[in-house]
Amino acid sequence: MWVRKNWLAVFSRVGAIVFKELKQLSRDRMTFGMIVMIPMMQLLLFGYAINTDVRHLPVGLINLSQSSQSRDLVAALEASGAVRFKQVYASKAEAEKAITLGESKAVLYIPADFPQRLFSHPNYPGNNNRAAWSHSDPQQPIAQWMVDGSDTMVAASIKALRNFPLAEITGQAYQANPAVLEVVQYFNPEQRSAVNVVPGLLAIILTMTMIMFTAAAIVREREQGNMEFLINTPVQPMELMFGKIVPYVLVGLIQVSIILGIGHVIFHVPVRGGLLTLFAAALLFIFASLTVGMVISTLVKTQLQAMQMTVFILMPSILLSGFMFPYEAMPAPAQYIAEVLPATHFMRLVRGIVLRDASLTGQTFDMVWLLVFTLLGLMFASLRFKKRLD
Amino acid sequence: MSNASQTPYAIETRGMSRRFDQSLAVDQLDLKIPRGTIYGFLGPNGCGKSTSIRMLTGLLAPSAGEINVLGYQLPAQAELLRPKIGYMTQKFSLYDNLRVDENLDFVARIYGLTRQQRQQRCAELLALYELIPYRQQLAGSLSGGQKQRLALAAATLHNPELLFLDEPTSAVDPENRREFWEHLFDLCQQGTTILVSTHYMDEAERCHGLAILEKGVKRADGSPQALMADMGARVMEISGENLRYLKQQLIAQPEVVSAAQLGTRLRVLVKNSVPEPQRWLQNHAPGSLIEEVRGSLEDVFVVVTGGRNVG
Ligand SMILES: Nc1ncnc2c1ncn2[C@@H]1O[C@H](COP(=O)(O)OP(=O)(O)OP(=O)(O)O)[C@@H](O)[C@H]1O
Ligand SMILES: [Mg+2]
Repeated sequence: MWVRKNWLAVFSRVGAIVFKELKQLSRDRMTFGMIVMIPMMQLLLFGYAINTDVRHLPVGLINLSQSSQSRDLVAALEASGAVRFKQVYASKAEAEKAITLGESKAVLYIPADFPQRLFSHPNYPGNNNRAAWSHSDPQQPIAQWMVDGSDTMVAASIKALRNFPLAEITGQAYQANPAVLEVVQYFNPEQRSAVNVVPGLLAIILTMTMIMFTAAAIVREREQGNMEFLINTPVQPMELMFGKIVPYVLVGLIQVSIILGIGHVIFHVPVRGGLLTLFAAALLFIFASLTVGMVISTLVKTQLQAMQMTVFILMPSILLSGFMFPYEAMPAPAQYIAEVLPATHFMRLVRGIVLRDASLTGQTFDMVWLLVFTLLGLMFASLRFKKRLD
Repeated sequence: MSNASQTPYAIETRGMSRRFDQSLAVDQLDLKIPRGTIYGFLGPNGCGKSTSIRMLTGLLAPSAGEINVLGYQLPAQAELLRPKIGYMTQKFSLYDNLRVDENLDFVARIYGLTRQQRQQRCAELLALYELIPYRQQLAGSLSGGQKQRLALAAATLHNPELLFLDEPTSAVDPENRREFWEHLFDLCQQGTTILVSTHYMDEAERCHGLAILEKGVKRADGSPQALMADMGARVMEISGENLRYLKQQLIAQPEVVSAAQLGTRLRVLVKNSVPEPQRWLQNHAPGSLIEEVRGSLEDVFVVVTGGRNVG
């Protein structure tokens, strides 16, 4: 009997699986392409598309005044870069119909008595004294925005126009009202979405590819019948799991490099905390995600089911990890779920490292959590993985 | 019982059964397979051959019964047994997108062979199973016969004491089948016990011992010669006119196990309870030429399965 019963044999078996997996991967052009293309495409797509600063929003106009003042208001609003007037409507009824049909997201209504309203408005330069306006309603606005409230992003940016400085219309020197609360931007001073989105995408893309690849890698062997041969050899569940994970750690690191490279070159995303720190955090997250894939592979029977389970994990990772909405603003139950997901912890780590120069020591909890998650997951997967067919 | 070399039998089972949901795939199977022999499972599709082999390799737990393979109790001691057995699955289970030599190298690493052992053993097997011209080819692109030789090479790479072959020749032409069996006899000569499942009679006839399975039940077992000798029926061949009509008539008789047309002859199995089958048949088929012939394994199969598997 040639079977060696020592650590050399363990090494040999893990090596065999790693080696084989890499060979198969290098022959599978489709998967190989996806490893590179998925992060590239998604980053370019979302890096440009996910933009929470709404600019040049196309809107409609009802101008019943047709005065020079009303034309000045339109010009001033367009000049601010917030909106662009694309449609003109004759009446409120017509505009309401257009909003219902989704033709316009917002319409500015300028009433016929616009000049009078403007001159009598308390904020109109020169009207510094409320008492002079006792004969009319001092609260009366000069014009009205009709907004499709179902799109909260649009509604929010139109709402921001409520206190549009009237001086802009009259061309007089603008004098801002003193703010009650001052806001100082510490990080991301230009307020660009990409700086926040790119590190987040790192977590999302890794979640998707890492879980999917490992889950599929084991289930495929079961589906294609290789497992019946493999489990009849002395290979141990832990060795099989480990051997399957290692090649995909490399894949994960390649993806991290691609995302950070593109993020840096195209979106000018800085890595303030240092590349080494970032790769250390990414490595932990890659292991955690691969473990999820392992666990899935022990629960499902087909590659299709593996895909479905991957999506089942991916959706909350996108929605609850803090990628889409701030973690702090979510209700408690959602926070509990988020806290279980590796993506949430990595999201905190990576945003800290990339944007705030946070060191890993300051984020021990998230690091330890990812580590514990990996160990528990691996244990669960190897316990569940039976060298049996039933 | 844990000392493997003490038991005279490589495989010993008592009441081995396996239930899937409602159906019994294997029903109360008793086996005693001596070491160093080639033992066959003969039976039609779905009779439980693969299920039995999976239980004997520890891949499936039996629903009932005791299994002892090479002195190990299954399924509890399956892990100890693994290094000593080789298993060639019914479906090709090596990697289609690895080359022939890469597949063998992978298996050698899995069994923990050293680098030198690996190279030596792989070269040996490639030569033995005539795979040298295809060693750079992806396993998925091999022909049926080549795949089967590669699978046998992989299953025997670690020199197992006991080899399970599940329908190894189902995709192989008769010429290659003969060569394959030469390899099996060589392995047997070197001391390997082989359990092979098949639904080919000519293959079954080459085995030292044989179990005929039907619907999960063992209908008969023994050496092919003994099975044919104690068949319990005699084999008669009738040549003449109107064979189809004659066949209908004979099948209706309780003394006739089966009647099957083979070209211009009718092969009839008559139960041993008929003292003089030739004369008995002459009465039913006057004017025909009737002669007794030597029974084959197929006849045994027909008799033990009550003629249900032949028209
Ligand atoms: N995993 C399973 N779940 C349910 N039923 C099964 C399972 N495996 C086998 N069976 C059933 O058990 C019976 C025996 O199957 P088995 O594969 O052992 O037959 P076989 O003799 O190998 O047939 P073949 O010659 O076609 O390979 C069949 O009726 C089959 O449907
Ligand atoms: Mg079978």
